[in-house]
Amino acid sequence: MNIEFKNINKHFGAVHANADIDFNINSGTIYGILGENGAGKSTLMKILSGFIHPDSGEILLDGQQVRIDSPADAIKFGIGMLHQDPLDFPPMLVIDNFIVGQGGKFLLSHKTVINEFQELQDQFGFSLDPYTYVDALTVGERQQLEILRLLWLGAEVLILDEPTTGISVQQKEKLFAALKVLAKQGKTIIFVSHKLEDVEIMCDKVAILRKGQLVGEVVAPYNINQLVEMMFGKQIVINEPKSLVTEEIVFELDNLCIEQYPITIENVHFRMRAGEVIGLAGMEGSGQDVLLRACAGLLRPVSGRVIVNEKDLTGKTYHDFMRHGVAFLPASKLEEGLVPELTLAEHFTLVTSHKKQLFIDKPFFHDKTKQKIDDYRIVGQPETPVEALSGGNQQRASLSMLKDSLSIILLEHPTRGLDIESAIYMWDKLKERCAGCTSIFFISADLEEIIRYSDRILVFFSGHVSDPQDSSKISLEQLGQMIGGKGWDRTLTDEETYEAITQP
Amino acid sequence: MSGDFILLGLAGVIASGAPIVLASIGETISERAGVTNLSLNGLIIFSGMMGFWVAVETDSLFLGFLTGALVGALVSAIVAFSSITLKQSQVAVGFILAITTRDLAYFLGNPIMGRQGPIMLSTPIPLLSQIPILGPLFFQQSIMTYASIILIFIVWFWIYKTRPGLMLQGIGEKPSAAYVRGANVGRMRYFYTILGGTLVGLAGPLFTLSVKAGWKGTITGLDGIGWIALAITIFGGWNPIRVAFGAYFFAFLQWLGLVLQSSWTFIPSQVLQVAPFPLMILTLLLVNLGNTEWVARLLATLPDGVRERVKKLIRSLRSQAPAALGTPFERE
Repeated sequence: MNIEFKNINKHFGAVHANADIDFNINSGTIYGILGENGAGKSTLMKILSGFIHPDSGEILLDGQQVRIDSPADAIKFGIGMLHQDPLDFPPMLVIDNFIVGQGGKFLLSHKTVINEFQELQDQFGFSLDPYTYVDALTVGERQQLEILRLLWLGAEVLILDEPTTGISVQQKEKLFAALKVLAKQGKTIIFVSHKLEDVEIMCDKVAILRKGQLVGEVVAPYNINQLVEMMFGKQIVINEPKSLVTEEIVFELDNLCIEQYPITIENVHFRMRAGEVIGLAGMEGSGQDVLLRACAGLLRPVSGRVIVNEKDLTGKTYHDFMRHGVAFLPASKLEEGLVPELTLAEHFTLVTSHKKQLFIDKPFFHDKTKQKIDDYRIVGQPETPVEALSGGNQQRASLSMLKDSLSIILLEHPTRGLDIESAIYMWDKLKERCAGCTSIFFISADLEEIIRYSDRILVFFSGHVSDPQDSSKISLEQLGQMIGGKGWDRTLTDEETYEAITQP
Repeated sequence: MSGDFILLGLAGVIASGAPIVLASIGETISERAGVTNLSLNGLIIFSGMMGFWVAVETDSLFLGFLTGALVGALVSAIVAFSSITLKQSQVAVGFILAITTRDLAYFLGNPIMGRQGPIMLSTPIPLLSQIPILGPLFFQQSIMTYASIILIFIVWFWIYKTRPGLMLQGIGEKPSAAYVRGANVGRMRYFYTILGGTLVGLAGPLFTLSVKAGWKGTITGLDGIGWIALAITIFGGWNPIRVAFGAYFFAFLQWLGLVLQSSWTFIPSQVLQVAPFPLMILTLLLVNLGNTEWVARLLATLPDGVRERVKKLIRSLRSQAPAALGTPFERE
C-alpha cells in the first residue's frame, strides 16, 4: 500500500510536534523513520494509526484520501501498529490474544483459528505455543504474536515503534528476516527507530525528523555521519573511551551464591578496582539483574561475602551499602528510581543529605535544582513533575541525584531508549565519575555498548557467570555466542542449555 | 443428627447462599470490566428495604424484585458515571455510597418496620425433585435460587467461552489494548457496571422476601454481607464458579453456627454468629496460597516432569486481578 503524507501539522500546546510533514512511502519498501527522542516520530505514527488526529493535513492511501478515526479504523484500512510496549493481555492465552477483537462467531472456537495461526507462524519460522500464557513470553515473542495478529487482520502496512528495544540478538534476526519476507510480499513496513545500526541494515529508505520537521529523505546505502548530522543538526564525535582503572580494590565478591527463583547463581568470585567499568552481558533473565541487586544489598545472598571498601557488608541493607558509597540506578525509573508526581526540586530536597531540617528551604532547593538542571542539561524546570520528563531526561535526572563521592555505581540499562546524543552524554558523565575513582557495574542488552565502555565483561547464561573477560580481547560475535551459551571455557551440558531455553 | 436434618440444612444453605451468589457474581462482572463497585454492602440493605416495601404495598413479589433491581442499577449508574465519565476515585465514591445507602435504608424503612410481607415459596420441579438427595437439595427451591444457580454458569460461560466475554476480560486487563482492538471501553464499562449492580440489587429483596423475610431495621441482619461478598469476589479470583463456591461456603458456615448454637451452649451465641466472617477470610487466604513465592520454591524441589505438570495445574487455577481494576481509561 502506498502512503502519502500531505502537510501534516500537529500541535501539543506550544510544541509544534509535526510541522508540514510531507512525503510518500511506497508499497513493498522497508521505510525508516529516524530522529532523536522527541523529534516527532511517534506523533506522526500515532496520526497514521488513528490514535490522534492531525490539526491539518491529509493522508492518502493508494491515492485515496482517508480519515482515520481510531486504531480500529486504521486496521480496517490495513494499517497495523506494533507498540514499543506490546498492547496485549498478559494473563490470557496466546491464542485468545490472537482472537480477541476479531469479528466472528459469538462462541469462541480455537480449532480453525489454531490451524491458521500455525500456518501463519510457519511462514516466518516463529514457534509460539498457542496454549501458553502471554505473561510467560519474552518481549520479542510478544512482538511476534502482535505481528501475526495484525497480518491475520489483514494489515498491509506494519508500523514498528522501536522494535529492537529489549529483545535478544536471535529474536532480532528472526524479526528482520520476517520483515524482509513481508516487504517482498508487497507489504509496507515502517520502521521507527533511533538506532542507526538497525536502520542501516534494514531500511531501503529513511526519512529524518528533527524538532517536528522533516529534514530530508535518504536512500540506502547510507553514510552514517550524514544521517547523524541530519538527526542532530551537527556532527557528533564518538570518542573511544579511555580506561581509567587504578590498582586499588574497592569491591569484592567472595564465593557468592544467590538464589532468586528461578535463577541460581553459584560461586561468583571477582574483584573490582577503582575507576573500573564492568559490563554484565546476557539475555534478559539470565541472572544479571539478580547479581546486581545482590551487590546493592537488595537481595540477600545464600552464602559468600560482599565486600565494599574492605568492609564486609554481607546481609546488610541497601541503606548500609549506600552509606559505604554504593548507588543503584534501576531500569524502571518511574517504579523504583524516581517518585512520580513529585517535582524535580522535591526530588533534590529528598536526596540532599545536608539541610535536613523539618521545614523545607524552598528557595535553596529551587536554586540547587536549577544548577543541576544546567549541569546535566535536563530539559525541564524545577517545578516539572518527573513523570512529565522524557525517558532521556529522567535518566539524566536520576544520574544528577547521585551523591558526589561514590565508590560504585550500579546501573541497569543506562542508555535503553536513549538516542545517540543522550547515550553519549550519559557515558561522558559516567566516565567523569570514573576519573574520580568511582567504579561502574552495569547491565546492558546492547552488546556494542558493553564492549565499547567496559574494561572487563561478565557473561551470564542461565545463572552461570563467566570469568571476567577482557573487553579488548573479545569480539562482538564471540560475546553474542557466549550469551547464547556457546564458546564457554567448558561446554555447558545439554541439560543446562535446555534449562536456559525453557526458562521463561 | 439425622440424615434428613442434614439434608434439609444443606438445602437451606443453597437457598441462603443464593443472595450472596447474586451479589458476588454481580460484583465479579463489574470488576472484570475494571470498575470496583464498593457500594454493595449498603446497596444490598437499601434494595432489600425498598423491594420489601414495594412488595408489601403491592403484594407483588415480582414488583419487589423489580424495585431491587432498579435500585441496584441506579446506584451502580452513579458509580459508573463518577468513575468512567468523571474519572473520580472509585474507592471514595463507592465507600460513601455504601454508607449513604445503608443509612438511607434504615431511615426510610422506619414506617415498614416489622410489617408482614409476602414470602417467596419454593417451586419444586416435577420429577427432578423426586430424585433422592439431589431432589431436595437442588430442585425444591425458589425460582430465584434456581436463577442464581443458572446465573453462575451463564456468567462463567460468557467470560471464558464467548467473544464479547474475551473482550470483557480485555477491558479490565488493559483497556488501551482493548481500544486498539476496536472496543468502546467507556460504553462497555457502563454496561457491565450497571448489569453487575442490578444483580447486587436483586440480592436485597432475595433476603427480605425469602431468606431473612421481613424488614426489622438495623437488626435485619444484612449489614456485613456485602463486604463478605466483596472479599469472596476477590479471593474467588474473579472466576464465577470459584466465587459461587465461596458464597455457598459462607452460607454453610453461617448454618453451622446456628446448629452449634443449640448443641454447644457453653459458647456464647455471639461468637458463633460472628465466627463465619473471620473463618471465611481465613479460608479464602488458604485457597490462594498457590500464588505465593514459597510455594514456587517448594515446587522447584520436585522432579522435572512432575513439576511441569503441577505448575501448569496451578497456573490454570490462578486468576489474577484485572490489571486495570479501579483505574480510569484515557485514550491518549
